[in-house]
Amino acid sequence: MPKPLIALLAAVLVAFGVSYFSDHIDPYYLDVITGVGINIILAVSLNLVNGYTGQFSLGHAGFMSVGAYLSAAITMLAGPRILGDSGGTAVQQGLLFLGALLVGGLGAALAGVAVGIPSLRLKGDYLALVTLGFGEIIRVIFQNVDALGGALGLNGIPNYTTVFWVYSFAALTVFTVVCLVRSTYGRGFVATRDDEVASEAVGLNTTRYKIVAFVVGAFFAGVAGGLYGHFKLTITPTGFDFTKSIEIVVMVILGGMGNTPGVILAAILLTVLPEVLRAVDEYRMVLYSLLLIVLMLVRPRGLFNFDYSAIASRLRRKFWPAGS
Amino acid sequence: MTEFLQQLLNGLSLGAIYALIALGYTMVYGVLRFINFAHSDVFMVGAFIGYFVGGLLPHGTFWGGLAALAAAMAGCAVLGIVIERLVYRPLRGGPTLNVLITAIGMSLFLEYSGQLVFGATPRAFPAIFPAKVISLHGLIISMNQVTVIVVAAVLMVGLQFAVHGTKIGTAMRAVALNPKAAQLVGINIDVVISFTFGLGSALAGAGGVLYALNYPSIDPLMGVVPGLKAFVAAVLGGVGNIPGAALGALILGMVETFVDGSRWSTYKDAIAFAILIGILLFRPAGLLGRYRAEKV
Amino acid sequence: MIRFLRPLCALIAAAALSAAALAEDMIKIGEYASLTGKEAAFGQSSHKGTLLAVEELNAAGGVLGRQIELVTEDDQTKQGESATIVKKLISREKVVGILGEVASMRSLEAAPICQAYRTPMISPSSTNPKVTEIGNYIFRVCFIDPFQGTVMAKFAKETLNLRRVALLTSVSSAYSVGLAKYFKERFVADGGEIVIEQKYTEGDKDFNAQLTAIKAAGVDGIFVPGYYTEAALICRQARELEMTMPLFGGDGWEAPELIAIGGSAVEGCYYSTHYSPQVDTPAVRAFVAKFQARFDGETPDAMAALGYDSAKVMVDAIRRAGSTDGPAIRDALAATKDFEGVTGSTTMDKNRNATKAAVVIMVKDGKFKFVQSVAP
Repeated sequence: MPKPLIALLAAVLVAFGVSYFSDHIDPYYLDVITGVGINIILAVSLNLVNGYTGQFSLGHAGFMSVGAYLSAAITMLAGPRILGDSGGTAVQQGLLFLGALLVGGLGAALAGVAVGIPSLRLKGDYLALVTLGFGEIIRVIFQNVDALGGALGLNGIPNYTTVFWVYSFAALTVFTVVCLVRSTYGRGFVATRDDEVASEAVGLNTTRYKIVAFVVGAFFAGVAGGLYGHFKLTITPTGFDFTKSIEIVVMVILGGMGNTPGVILAAILLTVLPEVLRAVDEYRMVLYSLLLIVLMLVRPRGLFNFDYSAIASRLRRKFWPAGS
Repeated sequence: MTEFLQQLLNGLSLGAIYALIALGYTMVYGVLRFINFAHSDVFMVGAFIGYFVGGLLPHGTFWGGLAALAAAMAGCAVLGIVIERLVYRPLRGGPTLNVLITAIGMSLFLEYSGQLVFGATPRAFPAIFPAKVISLHGLIISMNQVTVIVVAAVLMVGLQFAVHGTKIGTAMRAVALNPKAAQLVGINIDVVISFTFGLGSALAGAGGVLYALNYPSIDPLMGVVPGLKAFVAAVLGGVGNIPGAALGALILGMVETFVDGSRWSTYKDAIAFAILIGILLFRPAGLLGRYRAEKV
Repeated sequence: MIRFLRPLCALIAAAALSAAALAEDMIKIGEYASLTGKEAAFGQSSHKGTLLAVEELNAAGGVLGRQIELVTEDDQTKQGESATIVKKLISREKVVGILGEVASMRSLEAAPICQAYRTPMISPSSTNPKVTEIGNYIFRVCFIDPFQGTVMAKFAKETLNLRRVALLTSVSSAYSVGLAKYFKERFVADGGEIVIEQKYTEGDKDFNAQLTAIKAAGVDGIFVPGYYTEAALICRQARELEMTMPLFGGDGWEAPELIAIGGSAVEGCYYSTHYSPQVDTPAVRAFVAKFQARFDGETPDAMAALGYDSAKVMVDAIRRAGSTDGPAIRDALAATKDFEGVTGSTTMDKNRNATKAAVVIMVKDGKFKFVQSVAP
């Protein structure tokens, strides 16, 4: 069995194990761990679009909201009818949740197509603004749909998110993105980022790569949104605004655009740090923004952008001299 | 009919403010080919300068108002030049993505340190210009609205003169056309860019004061939404094109006002973005812009 | 030297143990509020009232022989934060009860968690009825919007004699939408007419379009059930459009910024709220004096008064329960009857809401002036 697949299955098993013993873990810590997992999904999926394909998207929170609303609509509205009065067994609930998450992801993916296609001809700044605009349009639409709660949002979403679900999907996201980018097909993403004109000149369909990046990124953002909704139990349209998109973007930039391990580390840091720094919370956004500026001036590659494979092989040679 | 004329006047006044902000965006983009995200926050700083200076001067006098306006414009010009010098210049020549991210960082920095220093709750902007209301056959004309339109018009005429009638204005246009060639004929690019930033920021500062005049509630995040709308206006008119920015802003102000009074008022923000997307899809050069082929 | 070591160790150990015992001996009550961010004015006000109450109670000996520790966390007026900090207060700080929040949206976010962990929660001023519907551990010490809506509907019809009213609602807050609905129900049932309904979003600055449409429809009053930032601008723009009819709203109007931003435009406008510092009862007078002494001469508003009362009701329930056990406190809270507070007499009805009187305030000469009290 190929190594990445083994890693994926191992991660799912570990997630299941942790989830099994979650009653013994302090709820607050559990909260933070869950938050970290969701942010990993968001950051890694955005990294595919921003980092590997070079499409600077500022509307990721919009895709998240589509997933959150769709999955919540299913579990809240269709759930009672499918599960019946008793609420169903754990397995039934789990299947319902999985179905809701996937539908949410697919809905977000469709939104990704809708955003991706008009944005094709745009570069850099324009693309950033259009994706921002789409994020805002999605927010305004949800604010006006009374069936989904309108501006008040949805409340009383069932508490289905567990560490198992979050980390299984996080592992799946990392698996998908990494395998995609490292494949022969996936070289096209990086080529599109590096030089679009040259890529077109050698016959790569950059349009298709860009759309695929948007769609895959949006799918996982939608799943993350569904997990988020069933975690916080309340969602409102304003919670998925431009500020939320920026928070995810900061993770990607801090981690190094196109560097998955770095982005994961950045997601962990930027989820845990605000909890640790609750005392100085009012300075958080000021510090983030300074971080962005200083990073761009001094180390645009990102803080965690190390050559992990080189480090890994050096470590391997040190501890396993015979092996390599 | 009166309602229609009233809305027209409202739209004109709103459009005038968007125009002042849009001009800054369009000038910087023309010269540097990048969107200065922090521009909307310079607008906010202008409003706050007007707030503090206006508090020191007597209210309701014409000269007091002009002094506050001038102070805001000067202050913002300095801010714009400082930002460019400290943060954008070192990244010139590098990938534009980095400058974009830096601009976003700068914008957030201004917004959130504003919140730290001034607090997030809105403050009441003083009535620095004489505020009267004239009624004409049922049409209400507020002196504040008239002030906004007149000042905006004067500033725009001034800008046209500066850009087409002065030496540095010509230099600006040269750099916008072809930076390398401009340098070859001896234009000091650094000076021109600083001047562009200063001019654009001064206009944004004026926009901030005028906006606060009409909607006297200011807070550190007030620039975000008008800034985005002004950018849409600039793109609508053709980015890099000064009369285009004014035209785009006017159209956007009108459309927004009429939507606001209709049944779909809560979709107001979405309309601006829908216009942006529409324009970029169907006529990316904007209404008055020319499509420029990209040389590889 | 060594002779002293053993007694010294004993002394240190005793000191440490008693310190630990003392710390353990405090009863912790959690508070979550919007201390920073857009609605910081409300959060800070309610926090001050709560703090004053706790300090007063501690000076009088605390409760159950122990001192009270108030643990406060800031939700920054952001979505998603209330849930996390309430979880933290319950699981890390082991609080016995939770006080918060002012805004219904954030109360709705935290309430399911308090309910799940069986920690009683008292909201000082969330008026949307859905908040207490979440579960039997959720209480409030204020009236709810169905009542507040009828208060202003009655006032508009009977005192101001309005027949044709316009509604200008904020679509982005649970509070505004709910209050508008209840006002409309009562006003129409009483024979009035809602001629036109317009909407806005929070953060909007320009209401000329909506006001122009309202003006064209011909009304004798406008109900604006939103927050003070927009209400002030709406009044200004209405007066500039030469609309002289009264504008009125709910407790979201109450903040000094209403007058600061609205200026002369808010003169003669009305709103309903939970309390007025001008109500002449000994309890109110004493509270105002104590608050001003503690907080640099600041006069307490309704949020502060409700924050104060919420803390007092919580501690009173702990006292009556005789323990810090969640279910025991909950039962004691549900049995709260005729608790005399600054905002009136609190009795928990079967839905865990307080049936309280409302007051109507008018803006006169640049100040808030008490007009009348409306009983449920």
